[in-house]
Amino acid sequence: MEKVVELIDAHKRYGSVEAVKGVSVAIEQGELVAMLGPNGAGKTTCISLMLGLRKPSSGQAKLFGLAPTDRRARSLCGVMLQESGVPGTLKVKELVDLFRSYYPNPLPAERAIGMAGLEEQADRQAQKLSGGQLQRLYFALAVCGDPQVIFLDEPTVGLDVEARRAFLESIRSFAGEGKTIILTTHYLEEADQLAERVVVIDRGVVVADASPAEIKSRVLGRRVSFTADRPLSDADFEGLPYQNLEVEGNRARLLSNAPEALLRELFRRGYDIRDLQVVGADLEEAFLDLTRHAEKETVA
Amino acid sequence: MSAATTTFQVAPVPRMLWAETRAKLLSRLRSPAFSVLSIVLPTMFFALFYGIFSGQAGSHAAEFGKYILATYGTYAVANVMVFNFGIGIANERGQKQDLLQRATPLPGWVATLAQVIFSLVFALLALIVLYAYAFTVGGVRLDPGALVGFTLRLLLGSFPMMGLGMAIGYSTSANAAPAVTNLIYLPMSFISGIFIPLSQLPSGIQTVGKLLPLYHYSQLPLETVGQNTESLGTAALWLIGWTVVLFALGLRFYRMDASKKFS
Repeated sequence: MEKVVELIDAHKRYGSVEAVKGVSVAIEQGELVAMLGPNGAGKTTCISLMLGLRKPSSGQAKLFGLAPTDRRARSLCGVMLQESGVPGTLKVKELVDLFRSYYPNPLPAERAIGMAGLEEQADRQAQKLSGGQLQRLYFALAVCGDPQVIFLDEPTVGLDVEARRAFLESIRSFAGEGKTIILTTHYLEEADQLAERVVVIDRGVVVADASPAEIKSRVLGRRVSFTADRPLSDADFEGLPYQNLEVEGNRARLLSNAPEALLRELFRRGYDIRDLQVVGADLEEAFLDLTRHAEKETVA
Repeated sequence: MSAATTTFQVAPVPRMLWAETRAKLLSRLRSPAFSVLSIVLPTMFFALFYGIFSGQAGSHAAEFGKYILATYGTYAVANVMVFNFGIGIANERGQKQDLLQRATPLPGWVATLAQVIFSLVFALLALIVLYAYAFTVGGVRLDPGALVGFTLRLLLGSFPMMGLGMAIGYSTSANAAPAVTNLIYLPMSFISGIFIPLSQLPSGIQTVGKLLPLYHYSQLPLETVGQNTESLGTAALWLIGWTVVLFALGLRFYRMDASKKFS
């Protein structure tokens, strides 16, 4: 498989802040990758490095094996940025035609507009679109050049549930054509639903790079919470299979891959337990767990 | 897909250039306030000054008409250049259009060239309106050959004004750009002898005026109607010098802006 995008030990420093601290990621043709992380984790900086909008302070960024600023590489990319604008007095169709002119073999304008679901707004000026429609316009501009890869930086921020669903559907159908998609998100659910591969970034480093299922399985299986008949401390859980314990008075929250054994032992030790909940950890838990580990390493 | 099957291609430049220029024109024509100000205001100034002073000029009325056609023609084209580049670029930056464009395969120089062509077309529109008024209502006479030379000189001599606009556009915010542009352009027009001939201004102002690009620029059309006060060669040298200085300044501000966003 051909590498579409590559970051090789990329660092990016803004003044005294190091936003990206040695990220290495290679993305191949046809992959659907979500870069996941909290705000300020360095996702947008990574995308900017991949696109050549920013230069790495050290390390390398490559697009189709070329420098990301190379027009030949750019001609194979479509982009949706978090912060960007278009001339507001131009109509949807005119903007799509403008962006089509930048690419060697663009899609027909109607097709790009259709993929974004903007048929009814084709003759409307950009400044008169709603937030969701504007976001779809940016999607149309990203795909109108028939690129091999599209970069979507937080594409669903600010969209309502319905608009988000429609939008994710558009992305999925584009992916169905064998295209490479790289999106950033801080919605775990979105990464889980959409991506085949999740790159978790936190504080400028990659803390995990795997399928959503693997990431979920990597954390301890169950979230257990309960209230005991007496105040609890870490010592009460000695020798038990748990992770990420939080105690507050009589209340405890923890993760465990053997909740039955843990509870059996607690009963045996004579604790009286109320309000017991045992639930499966979702990607959110996995994510918190991963970023918490990274935090410990950073501190140590 | 193997590495060998990726075929690298780029879009043809003329197609991009045409689409960019067309988009800029369409966008501007849909902002009527801006368009009217650029296209109609110079003609309104011409009408006002011609109405007030042509009577006093007596037997020299015809010469007076040609003189102010040259100075308001200068004003009209320079106005389009300074405002299009100044406020236009500041607005594009303010709306972050530059961010998205930067990520597309459109080369920056094609976008700039489109801005130049668009501004020249727009300036030509302003001149056509001015000519229409001056030749009909104003009764100014200019033979066709002189008119072509007059127009070409006005368009080709406008490069220092584009540089000035670029310098303003890349150094001021969208909110401040209209004020900054007016604050620079209006006094400069006055001191350069656009509204009142330089010879009738105090000598201190004359000294300053003769250093400014707009004064030398106005000499180009004035020469075609035989009313220049410095030779064409001298004016051209001054304009080349100012073009270099103002484009260097514009480029410097562009780089400062770009280094904040794209380095």
